[in-house]
Amino acid sequence: MLRTEEMLLNVGPQHPSTHGVFRLVIKIDGEIIKEATPVIGYLHRGTEKLAENLQYTQIIPYTDRLDYLAAMTNNYVLCHAVETMMEMEIPDRAEYLRVIAMELGRVASHLVWWGTYLLDIGATSPFLYAFREREMIVNLLTELSGARLTFNYMRVGGVKWDAPEDWIEKVAEFVPYMREQLAGYHELVTGNEIFVNRVKGVGTYTKEEALQYSLSGANLRCTGVNWDLRKNEPYSIYDRFNFDVPTRTEGDAFSRYHCRMEEIEESLKILEQAVEQFPEGPVLAKVPKIIKVPKGEAFVRIESPRGEIGCYIASEGKKEPYRLKFRRPSFYNLQILPKLLEGENMSNLITILGAIDIVLGEVDG
Amino acid sequence: MIKDLLHSTPSLLNFGIFFGLAVLLLFVVLGFVTYGILSERKIMGFMQLRVGPNQIGGKWGLLQTVADVLKLLIKEDTIPKKADKPLYILAPVIAFAPAFMVLAALPFTDAFQFADIGVGLLYYMAISGISTIGIVTAGWASNNKYSLIGGMRAAAQMISYEIPLVMSLVGIVLLTGSLNLNEIVAAQEKVWFIFLQPIAFIVFFIASVAELNRVPFDLPEAESELVAGYHVEYSGFRWAFFMLSEYVYMFAMATLTTVLFLGGWNSIPFLDFIPAAIWFGLKFSAVFYVLVWIRVTFPRIRADQLMEFGWKVLLPVALANIFLTALIKELINLF
Repeated sequence: MLRTEEMLLNVGPQHPSTHGVFRLVIKIDGEIIKEATPVIGYLHRGTEKLAENLQYTQIIPYTDRLDYLAAMTNNYVLCHAVETMMEMEIPDRAEYLRVIAMELGRVASHLVWWGTYLLDIGATSPFLYAFREREMIVNLLTELSGARLTFNYMRVGGVKWDAPEDWIEKVAEFVPYMREQLAGYHELVTGNEIFVNRVKGVGTYTKEEALQYSLSGANLRCTGVNWDLRKNEPYSIYDRFNFDVPTRTEGDAFSRYHCRMEEIEESLKILEQAVEQFPEGPVLAKVPKIIKVPKGEAFVRIESPRGEIGCYIASEGKKEPYRLKFRRPSFYNLQILPKLLEGENMSNLITILGAIDIVLGEVDG
Repeated sequence: MIKDLLHSTPSLLNFGIFFGLAVLLLFVVLGFVTYGILSERKIMGFMQLRVGPNQIGGKWGLLQTVADVLKLLIKEDTIPKKADKPLYILAPVIAFAPAFMVLAALPFTDAFQFADIGVGLLYYMAISGISTIGIVTAGWASNNKYSLIGGMRAAAQMISYEIPLVMSLVGIVLLTGSLNLNEIVAAQEKVWFIFLQPIAFIVFFIASVAELNRVPFDLPEAESELVAGYHVEYSGFRWAFFMLSEYVYMFAMATLTTVLFLGGWNSIPFLDFIPAAIWFGLKFSAVFYVLVWIRVTFPRIRADQLMEFGWKVLLPVALANIFLTALIKELINLF
């Protein structure tokens, strides 16, 4: 017998496929992973601690920087928490604008995931196709908020500005266009033999494991759990829309892929209906100049593209929160990674990591 | 002319002529690499909604590759401290030299060939195998874990795909009765081998993409997993040598595909007023285009699936093709 030994390999923090500054220390025996230890914190900015010294409106820009691929949802979860504590009534038009912005963000986020995931697997073209469509969404959101990624658009009690003229029509035009492109995506990738071979049966976990690890979003729905907060605990005006929650039962990377692709379609359905029902009216409720949240605590959770994002506020009745905590779905979803990687082939590493869909800004907080 | 030279007594003049011809070929190949890379980038840009190079050398970016190579040449030459220095320096040379050597045996047209070797096909296969040693050496000598994995993958991949590649060509050799590339082209005057040997063509084409280390078989340098694989530590002109050998092989492989399956410089019936060189160029470009097209379309295959595919699918198919060809040939001879 030849004497062999395990090799310690650092994947990241500078690695093309760790989606930012994620580091993974793996022990490999040949190309088989024996042990994987994620190392996080390279992007930690202490959002929660910073928030303790900021007024509520001032915290909103910080939330943009958590999940920077779907910043609208982060904006919303903070505003929603404050509004819940203040028991505020939100004007209809503001709610519609928020939902449209959030669903556009969801589509954009899934598009980035789709593109980068295929880039990880080795196909270069889908990335550029996905970014073409994503660019249109980013342009729409720029028209709405004035920023490409860090929108800072929502406010406690509504949104900052009304939509510009013709904006709603542009969103309405985008929906059928996106549907058409989506069909093209499926034609290019979903049936591809090489792609299917690489993702089918890879990184499989069961329903129980998913629940034990507190997974959420597409990572949970791919195991057959029908859980979407937009449906199960409707917040905002999601109860007014007719849409489905895509689920799969296999629990592998391919089922996660399907879940996300179908979620894009469902988001388009919501957008279509929201554009149709779009009402007139004010976009900001009557809120005091300086927001003071009554003493107490509250926890709200909503469905972000990556899973359940939650916001906990403990207030002493001052301008600043006493404690602010975000339940960041990427952070929780990442926890299952070491378990999934054990015993896997080295070339599955990127496939499994990519399928979880983490955003490092959110993991590190 | 070359035949006369080969049979004449050695002299300084002969050496001079051969040297001059080799330099000429070098420039032809470098010219191809320069504009091959440019056209690849342009085609990829066209397929991926981009423009591709469009700044240096006019709006077509005609001098982009020249500028890129120049940049590589003037880059600082770095060698990692813990690298195996002699091997590290030798590896790009081992990878590149055979790439250039194989060109000698390739016939471009009936008039443009450097060495009409009796076993040209065998020569190509034998020499091109040496490049793998360069890649494995590079992976080992860099003393980097990623490059080691890349080098090992390269070795495994080359072994798995060299065999089906050679096996797929046995059918052609059976039909022609010769390993000489000129005779293989002459045998295709009426029908191209792509029609007589379709199975062999498919096996050969897949295996040749794998030999070229291109998508979907670019595992040795899988940039999303192994960062850059075997050449992760290389920079400057040493890295350029690896890239150069890769593109010279692409040139050689596209030539070989044209010669073996697409009838070389033979024309389509009734169009034989077009010169042979243009026919060759057209077929060559078509093969090149398909190679780029494949690169744009496919994701990367997984390492273990690649092995499985090579040994369990391509090799049996290639063997079956040999059997079938031999059988049909015998039957035709009988009746």
